[in-house]
Amino acid sequence: MHLFCVGLSHHTANVETRERFVGHAEIDRVLRETAGCAEAIFLTTCNRVEVYAAAEDTIPTERIAHCLLAAGASLGEEVETFYRHEAQQCVQHLFRVASGLDSMVIGETEILGQAKKAYAAARDSGAAGPFLHRLFQRAFRVAKQVRTRTEITRGAVSVGSVAVDLAEQIFGNFETRKVLLLGAGEASERTARALVKRGVTDLRVSNRSFERAEALAAQVGGRAVPMDSWETHCREVDILVSSTAAPTPIVTREILAPLLHDRVNRPLFIIDIAVPRDVAPDVNEMEGVFLYDIDSLQSIAQKSLVQRRQQIAAGEEIIAGHVDEFSGWFISARARREAAALELRPSES
Amino acid sequence: MDRELLIVSTLCFFVAMVRTVIAIRGGAYRPAGFNFLAIALGFAFQTGFLYLRGQELGRCPITNLFEVFIFLAWSVSLIYLLIGPAYRLSLMGAFTAPLVFGLQTCALLAPIDVRRPLRSTPTPWLELHASVSLIAYGAFALACVAGLMYLVQERQLKRRELNSMFYHFPPLTDLFAAITRLVWLGFFLLTIGLAAGFFTGQPLPYVKVAWSFGVWIFYAAILLARHLGTTAPRRIAALCVIAFSGALTLLWGITFLSQTRSL
Repeated sequence: MHLFCVGLSHHTANVETRERFVGHAEIDRVLRETAGCAEAIFLTTCNRVEVYAAAEDTIPTERIAHCLLAAGASLGEEVETFYRHEAQQCVQHLFRVASGLDSMVIGETEILGQAKKAYAAARDSGAAGPFLHRLFQRAFRVAKQVRTRTEITRGAVSVGSVAVDLAEQIFGNFETRKVLLLGAGEASERTARALVKRGVTDLRVSNRSFERAEALAAQVGGRAVPMDSWETHCREVDILVSSTAAPTPIVTREILAPLLHDRVNRPLFIIDIAVPRDVAPDVNEMEGVFLYDIDSLQSIAQKSLVQRRQQIAAGEEIIAGHVDEFSGWFISARARREAAALELRPSES
Repeated sequence: MDRELLIVSTLCFFVAMVRTVIAIRGGAYRPAGFNFLAIALGFAFQTGFLYLRGQELGRCPITNLFEVFIFLAWSVSLIYLLIGPAYRLSLMGAFTAPLVFGLQTCALLAPIDVRRPLRSTPTPWLELHASVSLIAYGAFALACVAGLMYLVQERQLKRRELNSMFYHFPPLTDLFAAITRLVWLGFFLLTIGLAAGFFTGQPLPYVKVAWSFGVWIFYAAILLARHLGTTAPRRIAALCVIAFSGALTLLWGITFLSQTRSL
């Protein structure tokens, strides 16, 4: 029995190539009946297309690639962009993928859910047999260990998620928090969506064009408020997201000081994602105010990315132990299977 | 035997402290069950020590400065173990362990475990007064620890220098709520302890009374400032650190003096 993996990922192929190999509804059946795999699991995400398989004989990469072709597509030179991992390397590759070490954003956790989904689909269709079952179950365990024992998932790596993580670190629960968006541009929208996703229910949008504020408010489930009343709303809110196109700061110490007078026990988190900045830098010196501009958010995201990269070695170490263990099990399971097959064969006389 | 128990207990807190320091310096701090376990184990040995000492003395073991420090360290551990998990203050263990370790090490190293004939016979009111007052100090110690955590986190947020510990802090607003609750708990217990002191049937030591009321008034002022909203949370946190540090120093002074002369 051979264990192998054939696939394409963001490391080896561009999106145009990857989208030609997204598979089809009959992929599980085709991989077994046409390609000749004894067991097969098809994993597809926006960054990778992979087949993990167990087969009695060696199956050429071209044959697997052919099975993955989307309807109407034909196999060309792209087959050279496919990678192939056999036996122990295949095990190591899956463990790295499931743990997020092979992802575009290192440490991302979505891949584990996608791997679980792929496994469940193969299990339901009968394509996952004892070898892949054991391999994937182990991969899920490894991924969990890598996450809990290293800092690989620690810290957000995009400006929006850094801002939301910081807000969470200040306020904890978002359900009772009030948010005011100053400016209704794309950056505001992204941050607003991230905040709503984490549980913000009171979201106010203020923009020079009231129609635009209304449009964004409708999209994110907030309410539009006139631009000339933003200061009144600022008294009530916990988070202020600013991204207007104003050429000079619109939020200054002088404007903010009277608004903060009645809120001594409530911090104000200001996210200034405008360029040029909407909030004067010295606002950060005010008691209870935490100001983060685009540069500081980007710098934190960058640091998190560096920290995640530094954790790769620790993740690899955990994976190496599991690869050895699994390989040991695989060799003995294969030997048992072959011995059983020999016993079943009629004796020669 | 009892001192051996205390040494083992101190080692437990030392291990928890060293592990945290190494993790923080390595840039990979994660709150783990290990710290909680080490503190719980340290607490068990502290309890063993206090039990044996209590049996030996036939009264609550707070008869000299050494015992007072250990009882205070025990109160700190007790309140941490009770409220730490409930308020998601797992990181508090990282701050609690050094405090308890410091208290116990000072107590063990300093020549303060001196047995002198006791002037007063134990009465239930006296025992209640002394033990509840010290447990109140345990709550104030934890408020001080939470205050320290608040100041560290606030500083990191203001300076935008977030280290590996940052994301393990409880949210800033939750931490402030925990400070408030701990000060209230300590204040409530101290009030009971002080009230019990008037029923001991013994002459009141004026310096101790004045000092106790000083501490009581200071914490009352902190609570007042907190609830009137006139003082920023950062200042409240700093006041909790100052108040406990001052009270601890005075506690040492008063207990030390009360052993040598009648106060």
